[in-house]
Amino acid sequence: MNTAVRWFWFASPHTFFPLAGTIARVCAWLAVPLALAGLYVGLVVAPTDAQQGEVYRIIFIHVPAAWMSMFIYLVMAFWAALGLAFNTRLSGMMAQALAPTGALFTFIALWTGSLWGKPTWGTYWVWDARLTSELILLFLYFGFMALHASIDDVRRADRAAAVLAIVGAVNVPIIYYSVQWWNTLHQGASVSFTKAPSMAATMFLGMILMAFAFWLYSIAVAMVRVRCLIRERG
Amino acid sequence: MLDAVRCIVGRDLLLALRRRTDIATALLFFVVVASLFPLGIGAEPNLLRAIAPGVIWVAALLSTMLSLARLFAADHADGTLEQLVLGAAPLGVVVAAKTLAHWLLSGLPLVLIAPVIALQYDLPQPLYGVLALSLLLGTPVLSMIGAIGAALTLGIRGGGVLLALLVLPLYVPVLIMGAGSVEMAAAGLDPGGQLLILGALLVFSAAFAPWAIAAALRISLE
Repeated sequence: MNTAVRWFWFASPHTFFPLAGTIARVCAWLAVPLALAGLYVGLVVAPTDAQQGEVYRIIFIHVPAAWMSMFIYLVMAFWAALGLAFNTRLSGMMAQALAPTGALFTFIALWTGSLWGKPTWGTYWVWDARLTSELILLFLYFGFMALHASIDDVRRADRAAAVLAIVGAVNVPIIYYSVQWWNTLHQGASVSFTKAPSMAATMFLGMILMAFAFWLYSIAVAMVRVRCLIRERG
Repeated sequence: MLDAVRCIVGRDLLLALRRRTDIATALLFFVVVASLFPLGIGAEPNLLRAIAPGVIWVAALLSTMLSLARLFAADHADGTLEQLVLGAAPLGVVVAAKTLAHWLLSGLPLVLIAPVIALQYDLPQPLYGVLALSLLLGTPVLSMIGAIGAALTLGIRGGGVLLALLVLPLYVPVLIMGAGSVEMAAAGLDPGGQLLILGALLVFSAAFAPWAIAAALRISLE
């Protein structure tokens, strides 16, 4: 019985509020040096790419952002499902707090991708499978936020948006594979996304550092937003 | 349980029969939208043949979406929906029946009229069968996914535009497979793969969508 109580101890917004503050501070302080180290490795230490020159360095932002955009959607759907299953108030707030960050990373991934595409492919946009599914992911984030915003009762909004997030999470792989198939059927974009076959170890290090920095940043921002939501909802 | 299905489907069809313009409007919308593309793009026969599958499918998507709003709205307004939720029949079965009725009223007419549009676009006649079959498999999926969105946006201000934002991204796989199957056949290849995937999507959504619709309705009605 005691353990059962412990499990849900931090599920109460009231007890979670101070913990969220601590997590936000720790993650933010860790994210800054990691991001600086990642940028240093990426922009200074990593060698120039033989084929793409200096342009490729945008992947240190682009790839981690694309990872986060997909990962955050899954985390959001997880909190949404938890909220539906256990009817905890905090889960809905977590999902709501994660959505803007996820949408931001999706947008950054698309933005940096098109900046990379112009010098490399000669065009800002191709209907590549990954680009297209990333764009649809952005629409899914917007749909989640729009649905949440248009229902006045926040508890009802949490639950309605949760159903949408779960339906979206089930759909994301289907969308990804169908877009991939569509792309090979049309054969429009002849450029392939594959990078240089073997990646230098320093490049990989820079990317991993940036990925952790983005990860910690997401947690910190989500925690700050959760604190605002707890205050807002009282 | 089957009695409940028969009863609800019969009731919805009868209600629609008494207000025939509702069905006709969505169908007319489909025809009008499909007729606008040649006016905007130009009536070059080769071009029209190439875009026909995509245009017909996109028009079908939009037309299905427009008719979604009235799936639950009228029943919600007069309180019937609450009685259905409280009733003895499982809610999943009830919403499945309502979705079936919606497809009979909005999806099936599209399947039947699509060959006429295909004629306008000078699509080769052997493709009519593939087009009709892809619509036959795909439009029920559109109705089911759409019903989730309709249940979620029930009684929300600005629900119509919001519904489009929620539902259209989820329609992407059906659009790709549906239009893809016709293009595949047009290229002289076997459209079987796409049609089978459409069938798989149909089975998958038939199994899981009623749960999601029922959950969404319960949330909207509390």
